[in-house]
Amino acid sequence: MTSATQDSIVGRVGIDGVGTAPFFAISLAAAAVFYGLLAFVGNEYLYFAGYVVLQFVVMATAWNILGGYCGYVNFGSAAFFAMGAYATVCVYEISTELSKTFAGQILAAIPPPVLVPLLIIFAGAIAGLVGLGMGYLTLRLRGVFFSIATLALSVVLQTLVINWDFVGGARGAYVIRPNEFPLLPGGFIAYLFVMMLLLVVVALTVARSIERSRLGFGFAAIRDDEIAAEAAGVPTLRLKLVATTISGALMGMAGAPFPYYIGYLQPSSAFGFEYAVNAIAMPMVGGTQSWFGPLIGAVLLGSFQQWATVSISSVLNLLIVGLVLIFFVIVAPNGILGLFGDWRRRRRLAKQARLSGGDKQ
Amino acid sequence: MIAPLLQVAGVSKRFGGFTALNDVSLELAAGERLGLIGPNGSGKSTLVNCMSGTLINDTGSVRFDGHMLDGLSPHKRAYLGLARSFQLPRPFGSLSVRDNMRIPLLYTAAVRGGRQRSEIEIRDRTDELLRLVGLIDKAQARPIDLTQVDMRKLELARAMAADPKLLIADEAMAGLSNAEVNDILALLLTLNANGISIIMIEHIMKAVMAFSQRLVVLVSGTKIADGSPAEVIRNDDVVRAYLGQ
Repeated sequence: MTSATQDSIVGRVGIDGVGTAPFFAISLAAAAVFYGLLAFVGNEYLYFAGYVVLQFVVMATAWNILGGYCGYVNFGSAAFFAMGAYATVCVYEISTELSKTFAGQILAAIPPPVLVPLLIIFAGAIAGLVGLGMGYLTLRLRGVFFSIATLALSVVLQTLVINWDFVGGARGAYVIRPNEFPLLPGGFIAYLFVMMLLLVVVALTVARSIERSRLGFGFAAIRDDEIAAEAAGVPTLRLKLVATTISGALMGMAGAPFPYYIGYLQPSSAFGFEYAVNAIAMPMVGGTQSWFGPLIGAVLLGSFQQWATVSISSVLNLLIVGLVLIFFVIVAPNGILGLFGDWRRRRRLAKQARLSGGDKQ
Repeated sequence: MIAPLLQVAGVSKRFGGFTALNDVSLELAAGERLGLIGPNGSGKSTLVNCMSGTLINDTGSVRFDGHMLDGLSPHKRAYLGLARSFQLPRPFGSLSVRDNMRIPLLYTAAVRGGRQRSEIEIRDRTDELLRLVGLIDKAQARPIDLTQVDMRKLELARAMAADPKLLIADEAMAGLSNAEVNDILALLLTLNANGISIIMIEHIMKAVMAFSQRLVVLVSGTKIADGSPAEVIRNDDVVRAYLGQ
């Protein structure tokens, strides 16, 4: 009897804790503090390295919305990232190569600091639409067949880009990054860093609000058992399309500022293997069932890779990711958060056993 | 005469060259308790899957509560009030027992009621259902920590959470002990007393006989008998199918 009443009092009331708007405000404040610290240190390299880590936080969070929440493993993350990057290249080419046209003149007149947020939104819309389309074509496939289809999508898009001269084809395209940005110390790279930081806040807020919503419970049901989910009234196809769209849009957004960051974009760097691998590895290492997992995984793995690139070798990067991933798959298949959750559950069960043992005596 | 709640007319289903269901028709009145029996592989689960939309029947049609179900996806059938439990329990493994109940409460019951329930209503309804099946003490447990009988109770409770008009219990008692069978049987009778029609698919004859008002027998995908339990089990065809000749 005691445990029954306990359950209804202590019982988790799904949407508990901090609401979405306060969470957004808190993470915005945390992001501001983080930026303030970097600006205080004032080392430009930190912006360059930090940008990459933040970019991976967005990629990992986006991948996790489809892969972690719904259980559909996307091998084609790099394609969505590249789509965002090439959306930017495309706009940039229109503003330079077609500067005589009306559209070219308008785009050329927009200063880069204003253009970058617009490009992020534009890339999000395009990648979201492609995500929806990909979902429609592939989501009737289950498990590994879906994953193979996403891989194929990546190859198809890369081939298209390689053969599309307007965006540079196989040889790549230059996107000139302005050096100066008067409003922030650290110049334009600091500005790109701040943009990515904001994107991280948006991505984490989206992921967390999904997790605690009706949508999130639907996703979890799909991940656990799609047939049972349908029987319980979950419109599985529609929900999966929502997931591919959101996930694709966020990945495209992460890719949009990349040409400005790198300065010279080649298909092989935009469609880099490291994006596909990291987008999967980071949530796996952190834990896939909560927004916090991809964040931990991306910060740990991403920072480690940045450190390794500088101090060991840039080639060994992915090897290290691979080894870490193997380690986690064997030792902690549910990631760091999973380890923590198991520990807490064991402790609770032990406590319950102690309590019920005490009742009998 | 009132139109039946469920009307299955001429349903057939083939898997390649194998005919799993051959022109099966049956009707169910509102509030009725129907037992569906037949040897292994006779097509019982295939029939359930065709009724609930998991499989698509090749011919024939299913009408439920005044709606044609043909071509509707399973979740739409669930909205209309057709719930099922699975032969092998299919809990949502990463969710607690309480959150397992949340899925149909958030999706099916909400759609039919036309509005989202508040957290408190969800909690109260979950408590009510878990108390009914006797799982309230395990509300926070993960399905993996449940015993087999508890898993089957969760399966039924989750089907009930959708507030169905018809519950199809696909071998809800398989592999349970005598006492546990009586538990589930009592539970199903309680549900029926609350006005829910139930189709029970079962091999345990004692339970089927105690439960059913009417019995339908499938053999090799064909309906060979339909009538009161006492008549049906004396039917020569049925005896032949079960005991051989």
